[in-house]
Amino acid sequence: MSQAAVEVPPKGGFSFDLCRRNDMLSKKGVPLPSFRKTGTTIVGLIFQDGVILGADTRATEGPIVCDKNCEKIHYMAPNIYCCGAGTAADTEAVTEMVNSQLQLHRYHTGGRESRVVTALTLLKSHLFNYQGHVQAALVLGGVDVTGPHLHTIYPHGSTDSLPFATMGSGSLAAMAVFESKYHEGLTREEGINLVCEAICSGIFNDLGSGSNVDICVITKGHKEYLRNHHMPNPRTYFHSQGFSFPKKIEVLFTKVTPLKEMVGVIEGGDAMEE
Amino acid sequence: MTKQQANWSPYDNNGGSCVAIAGADYCVVAADTRMSTGYSILTRDYSKICKLADKCVMASSGFQADVKALQKLLAARHLIYQQQHNKQMSCPAMGQLLSNTLYYKRFFPYYSFNVLGGLDSEGKGCVFTYDAVGSYERVGYSSQGSGSTLIMPFLDNQLKSPSPLLLPALDAVTPLSESEAVDLVKTVFASATERDIYTGDKLEIVVLNAEGIRREYIELRKD
Repeated sequence: MSQAAVEVPPKGGFSFDLCRRNDMLSKKGVPLPSFRKTGTTIVGLIFQDGVILGADTRATEGPIVCDKNCEKIHYMAPNIYCCGAGTAADTEAVTEMVNSQLQLHRYHTGGRESRVVTALTLLKSHLFNYQGHVQAALVLGGVDVTGPHLHTIYPHGSTDSLPFATMGSGSLAAMAVFESKYHEGLTREEGINLVCEAICSGIFNDLGSGSNVDICVITKGHKEYLRNHHMPNPRTYFHSQGFSFPKKIEVLFTKVTPLKEMVGVIEGGDAMEE
Repeated sequence: MTKQQANWSPYDNNGGSCVAIAGADYCVVAADTRMSTGYSILTRDYSKICKLADKCVMASSGFQADVKALQKLLAARHLIYQQQHNKQMSCPAMGQLLSNTLYYKRFFPYYSFNVLGGLDSEGKGCVFTYDAVGSYERVGYSSQGSGSTLIMPFLDNQLKSPSPLLLPALDAVTPLSESEAVDLVKTVFASATERDIYTGDKLEIVVLNAEGIRREYIELRKD
């Protein structure tokens, strides 16, 4: 047995070993690579029959739009959906993880419908464990045996339970609409229109949000995912004829290097030695 | 003891993009009309284009307060020139004046990224492109601002300007007709608006030719 200690990889989670090196690099002027955030508007509200969730569809990398039509309303359970704002990878990963955990839990507990508070607890404990490094801000909504529920979850792991909620960079624009027009006992039509209006407010007034409106309506025993329910931003100008791209790539020099050696097989060669 | 960093900056970036294309007997200068700060929109209707002389128009993106101050200074200098020389400044002359004005503030620059467009003394289109401290060059086309990284490669592909290092010097103007150039500008801005969050709302197009100056507006995406 060797005397040297065996290198054990850290037990999951984040490794902060490279932080000092990153610091040194940024002092030398080397910028950190940017990550994709969903500078976003996400909303949820409770209406008379259940919950309505809404989201815009723009994903940004700094000042550039990297996805004009992404999906921010994630499936958690047949009766529970979750909107995500913040770093796209974090929201995807955390919602998919809790989705799987909920499914396993349903198998373990006799196929009973998942409860929103279960998803809530799983999400908040995960986010708290990572002390805010997992940058996911979520709006969780669903209808279970105990009734309709709507919660907001912050990156550090705190939660709120609310009748209407907004998150993301466009949250103030959307909340302004909710605060003026929300009241208890909204009908389905009124609820969808209000959510649409709030998301549109985020789309037009916040630069981090844009493109289309996605809506998800959850009621007792039924859900409706309205992808691209409203598309208020068509492309404004189309060139009449197409463009020609004249310059062909010139071939200056050709060299072919075979990666595998071509081997010929001789029939009836010497027998292999024992 | 590490050097103390400032926690206040005198600059802000109000976003936006501008483009200018020079033709055989015309010049197209265009800019979007959105003024923003951070993730918010300040106004959807702000003109980044300024007429400096009869045959000379400047479009600037960057920090609009510095742009306004720069425009004011150039207008005043033009007035003095007119009084002293009894004629309007030509576009190349204004180009040099702008460069000198920018370099004058080399150590506290105007946060302004400019393109100057107009007609030279022979009536041919000319475009000058600048950096923030006054380095400039006469080119056939240019773009500046937040959408310039999206716009410039497409213009390079469609208009390919000859290198200024070639001898004999080739004409920098594009063979496209005026309407084709305006069409190209509209397409280019519609595309930049799709992918750049700071570009959008409305597009202002200014065309200079022998008949004078004409202005056109088209709608862009507002999200």
